[in-house]
Order: sequence, then C-alpha cells, then structure tokens
Amino acid sequence: MNIVVCVKHVPDATADRRFEDDNTVDRVGVDGLLSELDEYAVEQALQLKEKQGGEDVEVTALCVGPEGAVDAVRKALQMGADRGVHVVDEAIAGSDAIATSLVLAEAVRKVGTPDVVVCGMASTDASMSVVPAMLSERLGLPQVTLASVIEMQGDQVRIKRDGDSATEVIGATLPVVLSVTDQTGEARYPSFKGIMAAKKKPLETLTISDLGIEAGRVGLAAAWSQVEETTERPPRSAGEIVTDEDGSGAVALAEFLASKKFI
Amino acid sequence: MSEVLVLVDHVDGAVRKTTNELLTLARRLGEPSAVYIGSGEAPVEALKRFGAEKVYVVDDADIKGYLVAPKAEVLQQLVEKASPAAVLIPSSGEGKEIAARLAIKTESGLITDAVDVEEGAVTTQSVFAGSWTVKAKVTHGTPIITVKPNSAAPEEVAGAGAVEQFAPTISEAAKAAQIVASQPRKSTGRPELTEAAIVVSGGRGTGGDFEPVENLADALGAAVGASRAAVDSGWKPHSFQVGQTGKTVSPQLYVANGISGAIQHRAGMQTSKTIVAVNKDDEAPIFELVDFGVVGDLHTVLPALTEEINKRKG
Repeated sequence: MNIVVCVKHVPDATADRRFEDDNTVDRVGVDGLLSELDEYAVEQALQLKEKQGGEDVEVTALCVGPEGAVDAVRKALQMGADRGVHVVDEAIAGSDAIATSLVLAEAVRKVGTPDVVVCGMASTDASMSVVPAMLSERLGLPQVTLASVIEMQGDQVRIKRDGDSATEVIGATLPVVLSVTDQTGEARYPSFKGIMAAKKKPLETLTISDLGIEAGRVGLAAAWSQVEETTERPPRSAGEIVTDEDGSGAVALAEFLASKKFI
Repeated sequence: MSEVLVLVDHVDGAVRKTTNELLTLARRLGEPSAVYIGSGEAPVEALKRFGAEKVYVVDDADIKGYLVAPKAEVLQQLVEKASPAAVLIPSSGEGKEIAARLAIKTESGLITDAVDVEEGAVTTQSVFAGSWTVKAKVTHGTPIITVKPNSAAPEEVAGAGAVEQFAPTISEAAKAAQIVASQPRKSTGRPELTEAAIVVSGGRGTGGDFEPVENLADALGAAVGASRAAVDSGWKPHSFQVGQTGKTVSPQLYVANGISGAIQHRAGMQTSKTIVAVNKDDEAPIFELVDFGVVGDLHTVLPALTEEINKRKG
C-alpha cells in the first residue's frame, strides 16, 4: 500500500508574519516549520500504516516549496515517514492554490499509484482549505475530507465529518484523497531514534520539468488571481482593563456594554 | 447586465442569513441568480426578497447522498450556460471545497474567505489571524469567491425571482464519496455561532462549568462559543469551537471568558468589532486585544454581570 502525505512548510504562526513587496508571503525572513495542521496528517498516515501491519506499506512525505521547505519533509521523516519527495523550483514561487495543486497532483502520480493521499485540513498560512478538494478533482479520486475519525477496512474507508449543519459519515473505496482535522488526535513527537533514522531515509528532489509541467503554468505570473494590495492592520488601540474587587468588575463591564448599546 | 451566481445556503429549504448577505454583495457585480440545490418547494419568496432576479432550482434527489463533487458539477454546468460575472459561495468547509473543484473545472481563479466584495469583483480578505488585510481579484476565467458570514448587512430589495428548473448531468465519478449517514446538529435555541451579532465564549478558565457563560449569552441574546482547550477537554462539542481549526466569527461583540488568547484562538475572532474579556490572569494575551477587560474570576464576575444586565433590561 502506498500512502502519500502532503506537507507544507509555513511561516511560524507565532512569529510576526508579513508580506514581501511583491505581495507574496515572506517565506524567508520569518522562521518556517511544518504546518501544525499537517502534523495531524502525518500522524494519521503513520497510524494507517501501523494498522495495516506496517511492512508492505510505504509512507511518502511530499512537499512543494523553496529550498528551506525541505525541513517539513525532514520532520515528517523523523516522525516516521519512509521516504521524502521535495519539489523545488524557482518557477514555482508565488504559485496560487490552483498551480500548487497541479504540482502536487503530478508529483503524486510520479511517486506511484497511491492508495491514500493524506492532507491536513488547511495550511496555517493561507488557510484556504482547498488543496485536498483540488487534488481529488485533478487525480479523479474520491474526496473524503475534513475527517475527525478515520476507519479503514480492506479497501473501504469511512470517516466522520463535522459538517456545517450535520455530522456525517462519509464512505468511499480506495484510492482516495483524505484530509484530516486536529480532532483526529495529537501528533507524535519525533523520538531520538526517529531523528537518527531519518538521516538515512531516501529524500528525492524534483523540479517541475521532472514532473512534465511547463514553467508557464506555475508561479506568480501564472496565478489566476492577483493580490493588489496588502496592508498591516493597525494594532487595536489599548482598551481599558479593570481589576474586579467585590463586584466592581461586573458593574464596570455592564457600564461599558451599555455605553456601546449592547444592553 | 451579467448574472452573478449565488449558491444558496439552506437547511431543508430554510434559507440561512449568509445567503441574504451573498445576494446583497452579488448586486454590486450584476444581477443575482440564486442557485437552489434541494428538495421540496424552493424558497423562491425568501430569495426574491433579497434581490434574486432569477432562481435556478436543482432537484437534489439524485445527488444529496454524495459529498461535494456533484454540487461542483451543477455549478460548472450553470457557469457554462449563464457565463456569469462571478460565482459567490458561502465560506463554509463544504462551500470552499465546492469552490475548489469548480475553479479547476472551469479554469478559473479562486478567492476564499472574502470579507467584502466590491465592484469589479475586488475582494477584501483578513489574513494571518486578522493582522493583515489583502485586496485581490481573479484574473482568469470566472471569479469564484467564497464569502464569510457577516460580510455584509443584508439589504431587502425585491427581485424578479424568475424560476428556472435546471436538470444537471452528474457523472458517476462525482458519486464516489457517499454520505452514509447524517446526524443533523441539535438546535441549541441560540443564534448560530457564525451568524450571531454577539458571541460569548468560554475556555479553560471555566473549569468545565459553562453555566455562567451560557447564562450571560442568554441575557445578551448571544451565541455560545468555546476555545480549543474547552473542546479538547470534552466540555463542549467541536461545533462550538472558535479559532483556526473551528469557526471564524466576526460579531459586533465578542466576550472571551477564561480564554488566554493564543494565536490559534485569535485567528477565529480577531476581526470582531468590539472585544471584551474576563480572565483571572492579568498577563493573558487576550487583554492585548480587548476594548474592555476585567481581571477577575469569571465564576463571580459573569453571574454578577448577568444579574446587572437583566436588572437594566428591567
């Protein structure tokens, strides 16, 4: 069984994230890391492998991103993925989700015939939450997405999905594109053994020409949407903070709410 | 004037407020055409009231058992038929997935989570946990835009509401992911979290006792939310979660109780108009965001506040 887990390298959400002059996300000036929401995807990929008995299951961590993004693949290898694929090409810089999904889809095909393509529910930078559905569309595989619980029996997969107005059980036959939420459970930390073992695992680097993609189909110039302006929101002006003493807090807060016409 | 397709968000034919917001925004771009995918009688009157010039009615008997993909095919076929100026879709989990597939199918640019749409289909988005504002537009194909709840004040304008039955052709491939079971969410009797004008949330500081939070919410006519810590502790179901991996809310008033204000939580509420917090810890990062904060124990402050509000309401 082949499991491919897509991992994104993103600017640290707890750092001061910003845009470059060309309105692309600053991916160099801010420390990057494996997107937290993709850690859950790696975890579920590894759990699927473990539940299948392990031996004849291979988990490939796939990443599209600049050179430094290889750290996201390494983290996945340290957690337990078997091999890594990093698609790195200057032409990709500034790609929109449409082009990114094209590169990912071609890379998935290159890796081999996947049984499960696992993604996180969203990235923590663009947070569009669209790439899994795009991959499903491009690869012609059923989408079983936003899973909070996953069950697999033979070639049948069932997930629990918390929809907007209902909780649903979604079923499909492998191969599938699966996306998982943070409700699937904590991701493991790499062990010391895992970190050492990762150094010996195969890590392949590919360009878009290796994937048969013309340079004109990806990158900022090929994007189908264009950012016209990015502005940093002014920090919220400091509010009034009071300390509650014998009920004074509630009265002061009620006054405030009344002054704003909420009461 | 061109049509603008609006995918109707509804629960068993009851149109949700987000649809009225989308119809209102659609009028800035052209003539709103509501796309109703459902069973039974289509809510034409409700859609007309907010300016729908046309209502495409698609019977979902053949597709409602399948996830997302058939709806994207419906919209694709309507885009080909109507050549609309744009397609507006609610920014829900499902809405974004429908939009994603539609963008690939129609070779169109996609913008998600817009908080405003202006003439020329220029969108405004709030990114990086609300710390940056981005203006963008689609430059290829038909602009496909998903719009967040509370992005516009719905305006009542009578539309013609001409009904057109539309029978789509759904491929077998689109029926590959089956909805095996569906459990409608129990109504809490309170406003829906993403639509509410006021949200009162509780976090770790509640210690699992949400009663003071819920009583305050009811006094204010508010929805109840929860932080991830409260959800992970099993105190509230995931559908209550506000934050990066839960709901994003942008109400007139957000009241955070016993919530420290980690970046993941901020991502879900930072664009709220007025923010108020009650927390025992005067160092809690949530206080950096607030218009008004009370350093104190929510278990004493909230009941006193609820009583005060009820007294003032008389």
